[in-house]
Amino acid sequence: MEEIANLFQGFAVALQPFNIAVMVLGIVLGVIIGVLPGLGGANGVAILLPLTFSMPPTSAIIMLSCIYWGALFGGAITSILFNIPGEPWSVATTFDGYPMAQQGKAAEALTAAFTSSFVGALFAVVMITLVAPLVAGFALRFGPAEKFAVYFLAFCSFVGLSKEPPFKTIAAMMIGFALAAVGLDSITGQLRLTFGSTELLNGFDFLIAVIGLFGLGEIFLTMEEGLRFQGGKAKIDLRVVLRTWMSLPQYWMTSLRSCVIGCWMGVTPAGATPASFMSYGIAKRVSKNGNNFGKGEIEGVIAPETAAHAAGTAALLPMLSLGVPGSPTAAVLLGGLLIWGLQPGPMLFVEQKEFVWGLIASMYLGNLVGLIIVLTCVPIFAAILRVPFSIIAPLILVLCAIGAYSVHNSTFDVVMMLVFGIIGYALKKCNYPLAPLVLAIVLGDKAEEAFRQSLLGSQGSLGIFFSNTLVSSIMILGLIALFWSVIQNGFTRLRTRTAAA
Amino acid sequence: MKRLGSCLTLAAAASILCLGASLPASAAWEPTRPVELIVPAGTGGGADQMARTIQGIITKHSLMKQPLVVINKSGGAGGEGFLDVKSANNNPHKIIITLSNLFTTPLATGIPFNWKDLTPVAMLALDEFVLWVNADKPYKTVKDYIDAVKAAPAGTIKMGGTGSKQEDQIITVAVEKAIGSKFTYIPYKGGGEVAVQLVGQHVDSTVNNPIEAVAQWRGGKVRPLCVFDSKPMAYDEQVADGKGWKDIPTCKSQGLDIEYVMLRGIFMGPKATKDQIDYYVELFKKVRATPEWQDLMKSGAFNTTFMTGGEYASWVGTEEKRHETLMKEAGFLAQGN
Amino acid sequence: MTTQQSHNVGPSHKSVEAGVTTVIGLFGAIVVYGSVKAGINWGAEGPKAGFFPFYIGLFIIISSLVNIWNTLREDDGSLFAEWGQLRQVFSVVIPTGIYVGVLPFIGLYVSSMIFIAWFMRWLGKYEWPIIAAISLGMPVVTYLIFERWFLVPLPKGPLEDLLGL
Repeated sequence: MEEIANLFQGFAVALQPFNIAVMVLGIVLGVIIGVLPGLGGANGVAILLPLTFSMPPTSAIIMLSCIYWGALFGGAITSILFNIPGEPWSVATTFDGYPMAQQGKAAEALTAAFTSSFVGALFAVVMITLVAPLVAGFALRFGPAEKFAVYFLAFCSFVGLSKEPPFKTIAAMMIGFALAAVGLDSITGQLRLTFGSTELLNGFDFLIAVIGLFGLGEIFLTMEEGLRFQGGKAKIDLRVVLRTWMSLPQYWMTSLRSCVIGCWMGVTPAGATPASFMSYGIAKRVSKNGNNFGKGEIEGVIAPETAAHAAGTAALLPMLSLGVPGSPTAAVLLGGLLIWGLQPGPMLFVEQKEFVWGLIASMYLGNLVGLIIVLTCVPIFAAILRVPFSIIAPLILVLCAIGAYSVHNSTFDVVMMLVFGIIGYALKKCNYPLAPLVLAIVLGDKAEEAFRQSLLGSQGSLGIFFSNTLVSSIMILGLIALFWSVIQNGFTRLRTRTAAA
Repeated sequence: MKRLGSCLTLAAAASILCLGASLPASAAWEPTRPVELIVPAGTGGGADQMARTIQGIITKHSLMKQPLVVINKSGGAGGEGFLDVKSANNNPHKIIITLSNLFTTPLATGIPFNWKDLTPVAMLALDEFVLWVNADKPYKTVKDYIDAVKAAPAGTIKMGGTGSKQEDQIITVAVEKAIGSKFTYIPYKGGGEVAVQLVGQHVDSTVNNPIEAVAQWRGGKVRPLCVFDSKPMAYDEQVADGKGWKDIPTCKSQGLDIEYVMLRGIFMGPKATKDQIDYYVELFKKVRATPEWQDLMKSGAFNTTFMTGGEYASWVGTEEKRHETLMKEAGFLAQGN
Repeated sequence: MTTQQSHNVGPSHKSVEAGVTTVIGLFGAIVVYGSVKAGINWGAEGPKAGFFPFYIGLFIIISSLVNIWNTLREDDGSLFAEWGQLRQVFSVVIPTGIYVGVLPFIGLYVSSMIFIAWFMRWLGKYEWPIIAAISLGMPVVTYLIFERWFLVPLPKGPLEDLLGL
């Protein structure tokens, strides 16, 4: 096969000593970026982009994409240890990762997260290698209606999961939608819900809300329970990694499902965030341990991490072959390509073979190198939890403030972060689920935008959401997910009835 | 190893202090702190790419003693960035790169800002707009296209563009008026996405910048019909199917009398002194002389007009008037919010 | 300290929850008000800017009404938290509030130093040398990573200006 030959040439490029050094450097920088809240993948890559100008393009893109992998790995660390997701797609990782850390199983959670990230990415790279041209065309079929259908599916597979009273879930989700709506309405170009305040022009960034609701809220809850941090007794040695690995194969079905969801979301390109939520929601429904989700179930870490990483990797395919970025980080990488005079698009695979296959080969190697680096550091990360609370808490608070500030370079956001912290504390104490709120902030405005773009195109007819097989089947999947519990109940009733008869 | 060494040196130079900077001793003012280059748009867009290229060029050629830091302030269609620089009184360490939202954002949203609140430094280039259609569509010329739009019922032809009530939609409305028909304008977040929507036939035509659609053109997926400028673009190098940028006719010559170019220029905060302005003008002259800058200009088929001082200010003034008229006619002005 | 008395007493869960729900309802009302200002009908370009937020605001109000009804109906007499616990929480919330409030004026570095030092001394009862090491070390590391490596400027105050950083 020609692809395989090309790939081996790519490995030869990626394995040059200089490129390997660049790879390691990129991964380490990426992990740092991922760990520091506020310096997400997109910002990190953008900041480091100019430093790579003096390198040959292949080395430069290897370095940047390794920063990207590193940031993807790094995002899971703060999610699990401190309940602070640095990226939208790590939010779902906190649901079970943080409870695991609280139970003293931080090392297991980190190992599971890193390993599933690797598996997801590997699956996506294999897909890119083998079926790139086939899959690339698929993204073209996604107009606004199809995108809305995907967001709809993400919401549907996620709602109805929480055990909190339904009206509290609705209220929480609607608060999220309302916060997402603040700022500029992208369809009419009009300001809304800003009440003349220039601080609100920006709307509420997801990161500020999440740092406050999850991170600060958690610190306040810990204070209420007295000055202790339950994770303190975490056992830390590298054997944990092996032990966790032994237990992972039994979740192969979850992994495979998450890989497929992730690749699909990455290629479309709806991105890693809906992929992680969707994968978590479906895993919870399908898994026999479903009731344990949210209380520290390892499967609840595997599902979102695998999907997010698979999507993050697969998102590079539409970027290279179509020039449309699947994520903000991919958008910055795309800018980098243009600066080096590489024109992403249909001709890139034909004209710049060495570059493309060097990059693909570096995806294999970069992820492997990344996995080795982060896994060896698992004991170090887990040991952070041993630091006494009265030292670690102010440091986390300061880091949160820096994170909130650096999102938009605004001190107003730091104030908002504290407000969200208090809100998070109050809501959590009053039994309001925070996950739907965050999901709505992250996807709310995108879903609304896609919905209204579709209606513009169809001149107001809702029929556009069922106008072709692709969009109708996604919508129907969404409806099935929404009414899953009803359907399931119906089935059980039917079965008991037939059994009785 | 040698390459790695030089790379690390560069990284170190960028991160610590650019020691080998070579500025003429005559410069009366020089930055004493890192300079912030504000981008009133998101990461990955055209303005952002240009800003980061400038940052890379300055770092690579050691054009400044202090580092240049790129900061995105995209909130409220860039309003956040403009207000930030407006409030940077007497802070010469903050400059901003603008696009057409310098005019459109205050008009469409009613935020308290006007370009006169800033000090113009230099025009770096002008970005062109090209009318694109899907390559599978039968229209080969502007005339075919106009006839097709006129024949279709009003509102059934979809025009895709970046943002709402911004440059792409302004051109769309101008085209509507010239043709005497109606489009349905669908706003998207970024130019790359618009180009792909055109390839996927989710929209019928676009007015993408050259750099946003060139990849799809080279791939034979889209076809340029005309450029909205007074003269054809200057780059005659072949791009796709034996044609170069220079071969795209002006819209005016094809019977679509519309001209529109977008400013890529630098401004700084109010109350800047002449020395400070001169420093930045000199800096950008050096940036423009580098081969990296020329590559960027070529790949994006930019119009490389350079202006400073009074000439630049009066150009911006005329453009503001024009935007006000265009937006008023289109009904895009903010209705008191 | 009146800890003896304040044990096992505190605000009732019911009253706090009713308060939170009311605030959420008010938030919904603000959203509705803002949406009406932005236009809630179905205009020429499809739904106007306020169309969706309007219904979202309505949903918030309706679900708050249901929630407050449920809260007031069921009273299990449980406590929201004991006063002592709340004092613990506020011993972090208030300093954080002050920290966030002064941050724009004296800069991130100085305020972080004071904040970390206060926290470690007041709640952790550490020795001054350890406090000094961490509260000075953290801002320095932050400065190097953010301002020097990644070129991300953080808020600065008079001290940094004086030092010329």
